[in-house]
Amino acid sequence: MSSIGSIGSRLRDRAGAHSSLGDRVMYALCATGGLIAAAVIAEMIYQVVHGAGPAISRDGLAFVLHSRWNPFFNRFGGGQGLYGTLVSSAIALVLATPLGISIGLYLGVMASPRVRAVVGPLVEMLAAVPSVIVGFWGVIVLAPFVAHHVEPFLHGALGFIPIFGTPQTTGLSLFTAGLTLTLMVLPIIAALSRDLFLTVPRELTDGAAALGATRWEVIRGVVLPTTAAGVAAAVVLGLGRALGEAIAVLQVIGGGHGISRNLFLPSDALAPRIAQEFLSPEGQEIPALFYLALILLVIELVISVVARRIAGRFSVHRTVTT
Amino acid sequence: MALSASALRDRAPRTAGTPLRPSGNLRRRMALSRALEAVATAAALFAVALLIDVAVTVITNGAPAISFAFLTQSANGLSGGGIANALLGTVVMVVFGAAIAIPVGILVGLFLTEVAGPRSRLAHLLEVVLDMLQGVPTVVVGIVVFGLIVVPQQKETGFAGAIALSIIMLPLIARASQQVLAVVPPSFRQAADALGVERWRTVIGVILPAAAGGILTGAILAVARAAGETAPLLLVDSLYHPNAIQLQPFGNGVPSVPMFIYTTYDLPSVSGITLAWGAALVLLTGILVANVGARLMLSRTRRRMGL
Repeated sequence: MSSIGSIGSRLRDRAGAHSSLGDRVMYALCATGGLIAAAVIAEMIYQVVHGAGPAISRDGLAFVLHSRWNPFFNRFGGGQGLYGTLVSSAIALVLATPLGISIGLYLGVMASPRVRAVVGPLVEMLAAVPSVIVGFWGVIVLAPFVAHHVEPFLHGALGFIPIFGTPQTTGLSLFTAGLTLTLMVLPIIAALSRDLFLTVPRELTDGAAALGATRWEVIRGVVLPTTAAGVAAAVVLGLGRALGEAIAVLQVIGGGHGISRNLFLPSDALAPRIAQEFLSPEGQEIPALFYLALILLVIELVISVVARRIAGRFSVHRTVTT
Repeated sequence: MALSASALRDRAPRTAGTPLRPSGNLRRRMALSRALEAVATAAALFAVALLIDVAVTVITNGAPAISFAFLTQSANGLSGGGIANALLGTVVMVVFGAAIAIPVGILVGLFLTEVAGPRSRLAHLLEVVLDMLQGVPTVVVGIVVFGLIVVPQQKETGFAGAIALSIIMLPLIARASQQVLAVVPPSFRQAADALGVERWRTVIGVILPAAAGGILTGAILAVARAAGETAPLLLVDSLYHPNAIQLQPFGNGVPSVPMFIYTTYDLPSVSGITLAWGAALVLLTGILVANVGARLMLSRTRRRMGL
């Protein structure tokens, strides 16, 4: 089969040397499509660097760590946004990674095909809920619940750790932002890891089972080790999603200023600040916002390359359903 | 895996007085396994419960707002009205964006599967580009389009919104097309080659029709994703007349459902919150229906391709 295919493609390649006008038009059109995609990325990098130009030449790299944001005195820094982005995404990853991999294991290894065909799409549909609705739900349902139950409980039980400080009454906090992001990252990690677990060769799992391994031992000994690289890439892609979310985080993070160890205080993050401040930018704010976008863009480009690298032989991409 | 306690028990000699049960170490191992299976099952149930909770919250809060007038009238400030203009605006921008993203996305998919071989350098590079495009946060897409279109025009327009949405859709549609085109059975191509058909005719007459269902599925899912995007519109299309129907995206701000939700839920009025929930219900219903429909279509295409 494959040899026939390779002969076919070789014949086609040879034909390509003097291919017809129609073929050449088609190749040119397809190449144009590819060029457009590449041009969009190039244009993005140019626009963001260009837009951030004044802020870059004024503050340089110090901008990244400077934590004040005061439009009236033209003092801008990305430090606080970066802190909020990293911490809220870290909360989301800490919660969504074990949960998402568990769901992936359930769907990929344990559930019957019929259950998988129903539950799998439901989990993926969680990723289809628009972020403005997730944020709305976060404000109306999640934040009050967090303020009245979760935060007081954590403060009471683990209050000696500084990150679980005194809760606010609104529930709008860095912690709630992390929980909201968990909801958005969870379906990505779950669906991508499920797809990986489904690729584990049946002979390997059956072999382990035949040796007397329990289902958990099969998972720990065979399924997870063979897919570890891909699962790590899936987690990194989930991280990319969490770092870049603007609207849902904006709605639940509370818009606080300053960096605090207490997760239960309102905070701010890169993407939401861009969305928020763009509604009524003041003074030299726009270049500074472009600088924030540049930081985000650099992080995300690095993440997409890193995910591809660590995925190795696995093909792990967010698809249209995640 | 199926060869567990129950199977052993069935084969155990019945004459033995007590049924064969795992004991000691095996018992501990199986208990651990069962406990962790329960945890994984609970995690899956939790995710489904989250989806149901979000849906139920939107339905119970949004249903009171839904009426014929809500869907057919334009917004009317704080005092009520409907989302007709926002719905039409979203349709205009999404259709415009899709009209750009779908053809370009299909071309990129064709380039990856038909023009460049799977091991070609160029194809690899293009895949990296697609990964990057998909990873770019939507708010960054918004700020890029702001610099590209809004600043030169000195105006926020529905056109800028449509371009932003098309950039968001492009990598999704390209990936979906690539995946579908890659699973078109090679025999289709070989048959066309054997008849001496030119490549472009094969692509248009055989390969694209075979993949059409899958590509359409990807396009619908991408459109559903774009229809719910708020962040880019906040940056490039947030200044519009909130109460008027605006179908002309060039030179005008165009209202949209996500922006309606975002701006209305913040308003200091009870009716505003109800309107926002109503709009959320309409948006979520549309997106989930599109998702279910697209999936049904995909499974039909798969069957037709014999997968």
